[in-house]
Amino acid sequence: MKRTVPLVIAIVAGFVLLIANFIPYAENWGLTAQEWFNILAVGAMVLGGGNLIKLHLMKVSGQRKSWGYSLVTIVCFFGTIIIGMSKFGVHPNALYPDYAWSGYYLESGSGLWWIYQHMIVPLTSMMFAMLAFYVATAAFRAFRAKNTEATLLLLTAGIVLLGRTYAGVWLFGWLDYIPESITNFSIFGVPIDLYAMQFDRLTVWIMDVPNTAGTRAITIGIALGVVATSLRILLGVDRSYLGQD
Amino acid sequence: MKIRTPFLTVFASFAIAIVASAQTATPEPEPAPAPAPPTDLVVADTPDDAGNSVEVDWQLSGTDIFSPLNTDAKDTDPEQIVAVYQVERKVADGNGDVVSEEESNWRQVSESGAGESHWTDRSVKRGWTYDYRVCAVDNQGDESTWCDAQASVSPTMQMFNMSKAWLAIWMILFGAFIVYFINHARSGKKLWVRKIAGLEAIDEAVGRATEMGRPVLFVAGIQDINEIQTLAGLTVLSRVAKTAAEYGAQIEVPTCRSLVMAAARETVEAAYLAAGAPDSYQPDRIHYLTDEQFAFVAGVTGYMVREEPAACIYMGGFYAESLILAETGNHIGAIQVAGTAMPSQLPFFVASCDYTLIGEEFFAASAYLSGDPLQIGSLKGQDYGKFLSVLVLVIGIFFATLGSWTATDDSDGIGTGALNYIKNNILGSEGFGSFGGGNTDIEGDDS
Repeated sequence: MKRTVPLVIAIVAGFVLLIANFIPYAENWGLTAQEWFNILAVGAMVLGGGNLIKLHLMKVSGQRKSWGYSLVTIVCFFGTIIIGMSKFGVHPNALYPDYAWSGYYLESGSGLWWIYQHMIVPLTSMMFAMLAFYVATAAFRAFRAKNTEATLLLLTAGIVLLGRTYAGVWLFGWLDYIPESITNFSIFGVPIDLYAMQFDRLTVWIMDVPNTAGTRAITIGIALGVVATSLRILLGVDRSYLGQD
Repeated sequence: MKIRTPFLTVFASFAIAIVASAQTATPEPEPAPAPAPPTDLVVADTPDDAGNSVEVDWQLSGTDIFSPLNTDAKDTDPEQIVAVYQVERKVADGNGDVVSEEESNWRQVSESGAGESHWTDRSVKRGWTYDYRVCAVDNQGDESTWCDAQASVSPTMQMFNMSKAWLAIWMILFGAFIVYFINHARSGKKLWVRKIAGLEAIDEAVGRATEMGRPVLFVAGIQDINEIQTLAGLTVLSRVAKTAAEYGAQIEVPTCRSLVMAAARETVEAAYLAAGAPDSYQPDRIHYLTDEQFAFVAGVTGYMVREEPAACIYMGGFYAESLILAETGNHIGAIQVAGTAMPSQLPFFVASCDYTLIGEEFFAASAYLSGDPLQIGSLKGQDYGKFLSVLVLVIGIFFATLGSWTATDDSDGIGTGALNYIKNNILGSEGFGSFGGGNTDIEGDDS
């Protein structure tokens, strides 16, 4: 029963919304279902928050390894809740000046706004900025010419890297001073244009043709995979997400 | 006195002359010319909708400088230049309902900017009949004469969205393939599925973690439970948890969404139960961190650096955090298996992980790992769907190539009509339509 009911709900909701996609009368049912989901998700936030605090309180009380981090988490958690809920530093709404809590909770200059602007935003930006270093280390590993494929990858990456910077334009700037009769020629009837070989132009071609073709092939596979997975779930063939075989 | 009298006379004469001349020099100002009216107002029921909108189209005014028909735009009288178009509407018939006086009279329902010749009225009621008219207004507020619609319009509901007819056919075909092969497998026929190295490696990764006495880290992406990638990730989690339970390894599942945590707990608990080790299940190891993307990744990477899990498995929807997670895992020397359907994140996983499930492999993981013939049957059906897609692609490439070879300055090439039909109808959103019609723009179309 514990798993049959969720399964039935998933199957019925899935099929109804699938069919609703093709029937104009029911076109908004998907949005309604999304609203239901949002309400459920808000309720589940209490579950998640409670779990977070429980685990960190246990870690602090047991003075387990790295319990200091847990203490910081607990202080920040409750500090943010108290400052946010009390609307610390928020001025009353101009329409309701007699009600101290009527202002917007993220009003510029308020406590929660300060936490967001001066703590969350810089910390998030810091994490995002670290990506640049991770890209460098990952590229260093990926571009080692171990075999033919890796060598091709290295060459392509080199062209795209140079082509996306001024270096790519600068390296082939001398071609502008060469007469067109020299840069345009043919080998066995195949026309060759050296201008098209400039790294910045080659980059555009690499991104537009081979890269797009590869991405689309993956995207088509993903789309079919989504259809197959959805059908497995809707038909009740795959129940492993509910913990069933 | 003798001097003052002629002076006054002369002064008075001058004054009269000046006033008279002023009156003759500045005649009564003529009213500013009104802008030219828009023309050919056409209103039509929006196709394939629930009868709750009407399409309103008109030809731009002759004094609209954005009109392509206004070839001498720079010579347009500045006082006549159109600023906006006002659309008015009134109810002609309420289909038996009570219609308010306000609705029965002309009232403005839209104000479109200069150069705009289309507006969709989404405030109509199904079954009612409406009249429309439109006028141009210049910057001085002068209105042109009204252009009335040639006919009234009554929005109606369509039972089926014909613009998605081909999509429905595709879905039915794919569904039929999958259902057929599921039944085929049910009858006991053995189906062959190629080996997926990344999934074979999961047992190896969990085994390694067991030998090293370190935990297995599983991250089911950062999306919520209503996303198919998260569900696909949870199905893999089920198998990983079962293997971990059988081997006696510990599994750690930090989640980015509360509902995913609840679902993951159910999944892992059931897997431990199925493996005959319900006592080893530790619910606190499946825990919620935060909804914030980079705060989540900070929490997970912090755990990775402190606890050094022997195996890291990432299965789900990931964004920019994918590389941070995978590179940290690489740094601590963990064996890493990743799977996602985010094309932009796949290169990062490929560069940093030992095994990566690319796109469809990720969705096939559950069926593959289960070994259940019914689920493997669905994979076979998926392959036939892929074959059909490739067939349409090859036909499209054939017609596109033929068209480009045979096109001349005066005419489209052979097969252009078929190509457009494939693009706009079969793969687009124009429904069955008519063969050879639709948009003929091929270049730059990324659809």
